[in-house]
Amino acid sequence: MSKRLERADRIGYLFLTPWFIGMAAFTVGPILASLYLSFTEYTLLKPPEWLGLDNYREMLADPRLHKSLAVTFVYVFVSVPVQLVLALALALVLNRGVRGLSFYRSVYYLPSLLAGSVSIAILWRQIFGKDGLVNQLLEPFGVEGVSWVAHPDFALGTLVVLNAWTFGAPMVIFLAGLRQIPATYYEAAQVDGAGTVSRFFHITLPLLTPIIFFNLVLQMIGAFQSFTQAFVISGGQGGPSDSTLLYTLYLYQRGFGSFDMGYASAMAWVLLAVIAALTGLNFLFAKRWVFYGS
Amino acid sequence: MGAERLSKHVLLIGFGLVMLYPLLWMVSSSVKPTETIFRDPSIWPTETDFGNYAGGWTALEHPFHFYLLNSAVIAVLAVAGNLLSCSLAAYAFARLRFPGRNLFFAAMLATLMLPIHVLIVPQYVLFSQLDWINTDLPLVVPKFLAHDAFFIFLMVQFIRGLPRELDEAARIDGCGHIRIYWRIIMPLSVPALATSALFTFIWTWNDFFSQLVFLTDPELWTMPVALRSFMDGQGETAWGQLFAMSIVGLVPIFGFFLAGQRYLTQGIATTGFK
Repeated sequence: MSKRLERADRIGYLFLTPWFIGMAAFTVGPILASLYLSFTEYTLLKPPEWLGLDNYREMLADPRLHKSLAVTFVYVFVSVPVQLVLALALALVLNRGVRGLSFYRSVYYLPSLLAGSVSIAILWRQIFGKDGLVNQLLEPFGVEGVSWVAHPDFALGTLVVLNAWTFGAPMVIFLAGLRQIPATYYEAAQVDGAGTVSRFFHITLPLLTPIIFFNLVLQMIGAFQSFTQAFVISGGQGGPSDSTLLYTLYLYQRGFGSFDMGYASAMAWVLLAVIAALTGLNFLFAKRWVFYGS
Repeated sequence: MGAERLSKHVLLIGFGLVMLYPLLWMVSSSVKPTETIFRDPSIWPTETDFGNYAGGWTALEHPFHFYLLNSAVIAVLAVAGNLLSCSLAAYAFARLRFPGRNLFFAAMLATLMLPIHVLIVPQYVLFSQLDWINTDLPLVVPKFLAHDAFFIFLMVQFIRGLPRELDEAARIDGCGHIRIYWRIIMPLSVPALATSALFTFIWTWNDFFSQLVFLTDPELWTMPVALRSFMDGQGETAWGQLFAMSIVGLVPIFGFFLAGQRYLTQGIATTGFK
C-alpha cells in the first residue's frame, strides 16, 4: 500500500514539474530578489550596493511618488464603483427574460476585450483631444471643449471613463450570479405582496453580495495594474503635470527609464503591500455586508 | 406590457450604440481623408478612401505585416505553452493526491493576485543575465512553465466537474495517469481549453507592458509596440493611417470574439476574470 502511495506522489509531482520550475524561476525567485534589491542601489551596470532603508526613506520624501499614489487612488476608487454600478444595473435589466440576451451581452462585453489594447488608447487620445470626437459632438450645443487629455483637471477623467467602459466583464459575472437565485424566492415574495423595489432590496441584493464582493476585489486589483492606456495617452510621461501618472507608470519610468532598479523594487513592494492591505480590508468589511446564506 | 418591452429594447440598443459609437467612428474615420476626422462626427463616411490602409501599412520602417507576424508568433507559442503546462498542473490539482497539494494549490491561487509590476524588475535582471532581452524567450518560456495561474485555476474548476467514474473505469482497465490525462481528461476538457486558448491569444495580442520592457530592438517589435511608436513619431499628423493600423490590430481579437464568444462569456462567468 505504501509503495502504491509513493508512486502516486511521484506522479503528482511529475505533473506539477513545469509549474514548480516556473514558480521558482519566475515568481518566488523574483519576489525574493525584488525584496533584496529594494534595499540596494542597482542600475544593472554594477553589482547591487546595499543601502538599507534608503530607498524607502526616499519614497517618503518623493513628491512624484506621492502624486502617483494619489492619482492611482482616485483612478481606482472612482472608476471601479462606476464600472460596477453600470455592470449591476445592466445585468438587472438583462436578467428579466429579455429577448436577445446573448446579443446584448456580447455587445456590452466587447469593450472589455478591447480596452487594454494600444489601438483603443490611440482612439481615446483622439476622441478626447481638442478637435476630437467628443468636442465635435459638443459643438452643436455651443460648448467649446478643451483638449481633455491635455488638461490637468480632466486627463485622469478620460482614463476613468475608459475603465468604466469595461463594465461588461463584471456584468457577465453578475448575470451568472443572478441566475443562481431561485425563482421560488421571488414567487413567495410576490405572494406576500412585495413590489419590485422591495424584492430587489430584500432578495436580489442580499443574495448577490458575494458576487458584488468578488467583482469589487477583482476589479480593484485589476485597476491598480492599469498601465497601457495612461502610458500611450500621455506619451509615456504621465502628464499633463503628472495628472495621469499612475503608480505603475512611475514604476516603469524609474525602473526602465532611468534604470533605478533598486528604487523600482521598493516601489513594487509598496504596491504589493497596498494591494494586499486593500484586499484584506475588503474581506474584513465583507463580513458586515456580504450575505453568504445560512 | 408590449410597450414596456419595446421601450426596454430601445433603451438597451441605444445604450449599446453609445458604447460602441467610438469604435464605429474609428472604423469610419479610417476610410476618411485625415482632415475630415477633425470635423465629421458621423459614423457614415461621405467619401471612402482606403488610402489610409495602404499608407499606414508602409509608414514604419517595416511593412505592418512584419509586426503582425512578430505578435502572432508570440501569441501562438503562448497559447501552446499555456494549454500544455496549465493542463498538466490542473490535472494534478484536480485529480491526484500527494503531500503538499493543498499548500501548493493555495500558493497558486495567491499568485493570481500578484501584479506583474512586482515581478518585472527582477525578471528583467534575470533575463538580462540569461541574455534573453530582445528575444521572444521572456514572453514565451514562462508560458510553458505554467506561469499564468489563472488558466490552471480555470482548468481545475472544469476538470473537477467531470465525472470521476470515467477515470476509475480507465484505471481498472490498467491505464496510467499520463494516459488518463491525455486520452480522457484532455478530450473532455475541450471547452476549458478553448476558453484558455482564446483568452491567452487575446491577452498576449493586446499585451503592451512586457513587450515594451523586453523588446526594445525595432527588429523584434510587436504590433502594439510598433503602433505606439507610430503614434509618437507621426502622431497628430497621420490620424487616418494611425486609425487604419489600429483597426488592423483589433481585427484578430474581433474575429476570435465572434467565433468564440460563448467560450469567453462562460469562461469569465466560471472564474470571474476579464
